[in-house]
Amino acid sequence: MLQVDQLTTADSKVSLQDISFQFDAGNIYTILGRTGAGKTELLRALMGLNPLVEGDIQLDGQSIAKRPVKDRSMSLVYQQFINYPHLSVLDNVAFPLRRQGKRKAEAQSLAAKMLTTVGLGDFVQRRPAQLSGGQQQRVALARAMVKKSRILMLDEPLANLDYKLREQLREEFPRLVAGNDDSIILYTTTEPREAMELGNTMIVMTDGRIVASGPPAALFAHPPTKDAASVISDPPISFISGFVRSGALYFGEGQLAPNNGLQLPPDGPVTIALRPDAIEPGGAFNATIGLSEFSGSETIVHLDFDFGRAIMLVEGIETFEAGTRLSVSIQAEHLMLFASDGQNITIRTK
Amino acid sequence: MNKFYHILKTLFLFGWSLFVVFPFLWALTTSFKDANAITSGATYIPWVDYEPSTQGWSSLFTTGSQGINIVGPFIDSAAVTLIASLVSLALGTLAAYGLSRFEYRLGFVKNSDITFFFISQRIMPPIVLAIPFFLMLKELGALDTIFGLVLVYIALLLPIAVWVMTDFFAGIPKELDEMAMTDGCSPIGAFFRVVLPNSVPGLVVAGMFCLIFGWNDFFFAFTLTFTETQLLPVSIVSLNSSVTPWWSLSAFALISVAPLACVAVIVERYMSRGTMSGAIR
Repeated sequence: MLQVDQLTTADSKVSLQDISFQFDAGNIYTILGRTGAGKTELLRALMGLNPLVEGDIQLDGQSIAKRPVKDRSMSLVYQQFINYPHLSVLDNVAFPLRRQGKRKAEAQSLAAKMLTTVGLGDFVQRRPAQLSGGQQQRVALARAMVKKSRILMLDEPLANLDYKLREQLREEFPRLVAGNDDSIILYTTTEPREAMELGNTMIVMTDGRIVASGPPAALFAHPPTKDAASVISDPPISFISGFVRSGALYFGEGQLAPNNGLQLPPDGPVTIALRPDAIEPGGAFNATIGLSEFSGSETIVHLDFDFGRAIMLVEGIETFEAGTRLSVSIQAEHLMLFASDGQNITIRTK
Repeated sequence: MNKFYHILKTLFLFGWSLFVVFPFLWALTTSFKDANAITSGATYIPWVDYEPSTQGWSSLFTTGSQGINIVGPFIDSAAVTLIASLVSLALGTLAAYGLSRFEYRLGFVKNSDITFFFISQRIMPPIVLAIPFFLMLKELGALDTIFGLVLVYIALLLPIAVWVMTDFFAGIPKELDEMAMTDGCSPIGAFFRVVLPNSVPGLVVAGMFCLIFGWNDFFFAFTLTFTETQLLPVSIVSLNSSVTPWWSLSAFALISVAPLACVAVIVERYMSRGTMSGAIR
């Protein structure tokens, strides 16, 4: 178990602010956040690469905050596929094993096995520069995994790969890291889909803080704060100012919003969050089409309502002409309400 | 168009090569001439244009009025240059690594100021340093010794090594060191096992600069030695007499250039850029 208490750093770019969390063995934690949210900073702080201003890191009850990097039983895979250019692929993967004191033959044998696991069994004698981007990242992954560290940290490992390779490695990832119930895997990403797909537990970070954590499905369904909802949603969620008065929900200046199935808070201002699937073509609301873009088998339509802007997701590829008016409906079961302090106050009655 | 460009490029390169090599060819032919052949106009082909003579070469290995023996100065020069270059390279590389990877601050003094301090040693004209060096070596009892010259040359070559290597290390991603540490190296282990093997081109360039500056220095070799120790550039002065012995000077010039040329040819392959490809993307 990895226990982090009140972790605070003072890096020049992003500082961690009072982070406390417990990571349990055998789990994959995906850390989701936008660029600059502090994901990399958290991994570097755990690894000992960035100094702590305050706080403690405990592994199985023992503080490791003051241990040198090499003695922390942690592995890190960088976003930028870092490998040793002067060593062959085999020696790259054998490198950490040699540092653990293993004999050359044993280290190379274990490295060769690991390279076979990641699908690079035929490339052992090549140099990293002779491999493609995806293969280079597999070398980095193999080197991190061969050590059998207690904690395996992957810092946006797929971010620099092209779409196809990213999809392929994302599918393979659970198989690659499977089989070690003692280890804790921390995986950072900026992509909500990746975070929800790969992790048992999802941690959402903004501005150097953890703003939400929990099972991905539950977090997606009920993000605790407006910030968390904003980070988790892809395509982006739209926030519209509104208010509650006399048991009714209103958008902007006073257009009645649907509220069936919602338990409304007392009278006062609220922020209404519209997920892209909450809006459907055909209905009582009129909007001007701003932009429409294809995303695979879906069409994303940007709409300008009188009360604000929102995004609609339409199944299939459809053409929407910019500047024309469109009637849409808003589904109350996909609405969320946030209080002025950003807390999620959505309560569903059914 | 491509063919025309290719021919033009070949002609240009041929002309440029001739321009670079010609002084050496000139020195080589001159070294095999005697006084008569030298004063009878520009001649190039031995046995056809002039009768070759080994007088120029033999005068460099005899003592007395016939010439000077350069074996001793050659060995002294090689010893001083090699030792000073190696020590400068070792110390300079470590200093450069520190400057490129760690942040130092003492009052208003920062990393950039320390780097400038090193380079500033080369900004001063040598004459400014001559008297302090002379007095310090005198105090140490190291005037006119190889040891004294090595000390002075280290002071002169260290800034070059620091300057070249600081620039080179700046091009090696810091993440590579960090990766080595996460893989089980101490910071110094990361330097020796990962950073240094990937710094060979930088080491070669810095080493070549040190060798060239050390080997060619005349000023300090002249002002800090008398009779016991004599380096190659100084020994050539003793060849001067009422008649300038161009044949000996030419042979001497070729001998003094030869070691550096050999080293350059051997290490040229290590000077190529791009060794960091595959390190980080």
